[in-house]
Amino acid sequence: MAFISSGYNPDKPMENRITDIGPRKFDEFYPPVIAKNKGKWLYHEVLKPGVLVHVAESGDEIYTVRCGGARLMSTAHIREICDIAEKYCGGHLRFTTRNNIEFLLDKKDKVEPLIKDLESRKFDGGSFKFPVGGTGASITNIVHTQGWIHCHTPATDASGTVKATMDVLFDEFKQHRMPAKLRVSMACCLNMCGAVHCSDIAILGYHRKPPMLDHEYLDKMCEIPLAIAACPTAAIKPSKMDLPGGAKVNSVAVNDSRCMFCGNCYTMCPAMPLADKEGDGVVLMVGGKVSNRISTPKFSKVVVAFLPNEMPRWPEMTKTIRKIVDVYAASANKYERLGEWAERIGWERFFEKCELPFTHHLIDDFRDPAYYTWRQTTQFKF
Amino acid sequence: MAKHATPLLDQLESGPWPSFVSDLKQQAAKRAKNAEKIDFQIPADVVDDLLGLLELSFVDGVTHWKHGGIVGVFGYGGGVIGRYCDQPEKFPGVAHFHTMRVSQPAGKFYTAEYLRQLCDLWDLRGSGITNMHGSTGDIIFLGTTTPQLEEVFFELTHKFNQDLGGSGSNLRTPADCIGQARCEYACYDTQNLCHTLTNEYQDELHRPAFPYKFKFKFDGCPNCCVASIARADMSFIGTWKDDIKIDQEAVQAYIGGEIAPNANDHNGRDWGKFDIQKEVIKLCPTACMWMEGGKLKIDTRECNRCMHCINVMPRALRIGDDRGLSILAGAKAPILDGAQMGSLLVPFIPAEEPYDEIKEVIESVWDWWMEEGKNRERLGELIKRQGFQKLLEVTGIEPMPQHVKEPRSNPYIFWKEEEVEGGWTRDITEYRKHHQR
Ligand code: SF4
Ligand code: SF4
Ligand code: SF4
Ligand code: SF4
Repeated sequence: MAFISSGYNPDKPMENRITDIGPRKFDEFYPPVIAKNKGKWLYHEVLKPGVLVHVAESGDEIYTVRCGGARLMSTAHIREICDIAEKYCGGHLRFTTRNNIEFLLDKKDKVEPLIKDLESRKFDGGSFKFPVGGTGASITNIVHTQGWIHCHTPATDASGTVKATMDVLFDEFKQHRMPAKLRVSMACCLNMCGAVHCSDIAILGYHRKPPMLDHEYLDKMCEIPLAIAACPTAAIKPSKMDLPGGAKVNSVAVNDSRCMFCGNCYTMCPAMPLADKEGDGVVLMVGGKVSNRISTPKFSKVVVAFLPNEMPRWPEMTKTIRKIVDVYAASANKYERLGEWAERIGWERFFEKCELPFTHHLIDDFRDPAYYTWRQTTQFKF
Repeated sequence: MAKHATPLLDQLESGPWPSFVSDLKQQAAKRAKNAEKIDFQIPADVVDDLLGLLELSFVDGVTHWKHGGIVGVFGYGGGVIGRYCDQPEKFPGVAHFHTMRVSQPAGKFYTAEYLRQLCDLWDLRGSGITNMHGSTGDIIFLGTTTPQLEEVFFELTHKFNQDLGGSGSNLRTPADCIGQARCEYACYDTQNLCHTLTNEYQDELHRPAFPYKFKFKFDGCPNCCVASIARADMSFIGTWKDDIKIDQEAVQAYIGGEIAPNANDHNGRDWGKFDIQKEVIKLCPTACMWMEGGKLKIDTRECNRCMHCINVMPRALRIGDDRGLSILAGAKAPILDGAQMGSLLVPFIPAEEPYDEIKEVIESVWDWWMEEGKNRERLGELIKRQGFQKLLEVTGIEPMPQHVKEPRSNPYIFWKEEEVEGGWTRDITEYRKHHQR
């Protein structure tokens, strides 16, 4: 391997330096039909799962074929997407917020050949490369975070849990038979760098053991006051420790019973790792939404406090998710989101119908908002 | 032959959903073969070692990435996230595996030509593994070594007219919904506002000067496809003030079953014949719709623009013409002090270039947060700590009932001295003349 210079001169970093130019301008990439009709779209229709048509005032149409994909994507895969876009769409494509790929076509007669092509492409292992679907009253792609592929704080894997879950929900990606759209999201720690706190169903990685303390290195590796200040429950205080060799060092002590395992201390201080095979696992939350449609946006609620990490396919987790989806699909009204349905029937009924045990972990005890989640009425169901 | 056996990951190759494991394997094989004879600038077996390390995590049930290291490109405080593996002897190909965030174009539209250029760059100077896209919205280049960071940045800026995105305590790369580019519900040009503000605030995006991260997200209407109301410190959500436009003939076509409701996207199941009373009028949260003489009526002043009726009958109902956006402030995920939804700050503001009024609101909020915010305190937490009234005070926005769901239920009002007639200074001697001890 010979080093190939880009032209950058490390001795003179400011020479010819270009900064603060921002992203490429969006309209460079618009397909012509979008450039022409932007802001003048009249209506849309979903022709079948994964296929949309938008009709403009001018009478122009744009057809969208949406397909799923893993957001962890190789350049080999992206090049294949580019080939397809060039073959059918004049090279135009886009990605959705939920990691779907959208091929944009200006003629209806290109739709079926494109779908046939997409559905025929499979990885060597047998999975589809470009399953078409994810529109309307379906379960679309899961938004998620990094997990064990790239992050230092996860309590579970992201790509693995997502693949296992989407395999179990695949039929719902391909069909419009949910009462309303159902959004699943995944974050591998409480940091939630992909927010999952307002999803119909959320998978959340969670630690259950307080940080270990690497006393010997703690003072060298971190700013102790920052680690202390990072703890939302004030569980950490400064402390002097005797090392086995007799040396005295500045370190910290953690009041374990005050710890809610958020990992903030570890974010500030690498000498306080939390991850643990038995301690870590997933929490399931349900009933959140971001849309203002009919009811106001809602937070997701914790309905399963903990499930262990069962590599490689998390069978108990996917079984529980499938069960919640099936019960919701069978009992909710048309247009009713999962959270709206649970509120209408009452959460006591939700646990009964979904056959989920209710444990003390599910009663909020974190600060003021907790009180507002207890029942201050005689209205409840047996 | 794969470099490492991956029996657990192999089980994620079956099943219908696209397998990231199969994709990683195809990339590893492609690099091993190197048919294009690329002079890879980082180890050719980087993807093999990534698979091996991930397999080890599947066995151990924990991550093998170390806490991030401080690496970056000269002059920027964000855009690069340092990453080192904690088993570098076994997996030298991923000993350094830094992330680069590449600022995505608004709306995430691309041409094949442009994506291929990025692939060429990333195959030469990185692992060839990406996220399309990261949770905040950037294109994520996953995995390269320290010496390549400046090289990638130089090529991005010189060859591709392309900058890095944000990370750390900065403005994070803003993201938007598809909006007017293809959506008939969009009340403003989300792409243009997103792009304009991203460029206007490049300094805030690249050079950390904030107490913590700060996110902008742009939704063209209250359907909130990019989840701005839940995820952005400032959410810009399109809205309108005048009548929903009604095409009565199309309403009849829905009633008559000629047009499928909700853009035909519930067609996988038999929900029975469309019933406008049950599916639209009764579900309207403000009960402001009714049928009269065969016509659909909406009392505009009572409508709260929830979008339901428009979503159900997009060919009959259209958003109004007096359009702008609402600004909400303070949404965030649970860390540190619990999750928060955005709170309505500006009910209506025009969304027209050069967006000066919007920038004024943003900058007044930033001034306050940068002055008062503690280390790692998100805007929403500062609003909770100092009060929503304080936010109104610093932005100069008049309080109005729209700001609250309900007025306070405790009378613990912190009156200010200047609000009370005669002020607070009183004379106890004078008082005692009339009131014995
Ligand atoms: S959610 Fe947490 S563990 Fe997962 S990628 Fe984000 S910060 Fe890392
Ligand atoms: S994990 Fe969170 S709660 Fe526990 S000690 Fe660390 S910062 Fe405090
Ligand atoms: S938020 Fe509204 S305008 Fe934007 S894409 Fe979604 S429905 Fe369309
Ligand atoms: S937008 Fe919502 S509130 Fe307004 S009329 Fe339609 S259903 Fe009713």
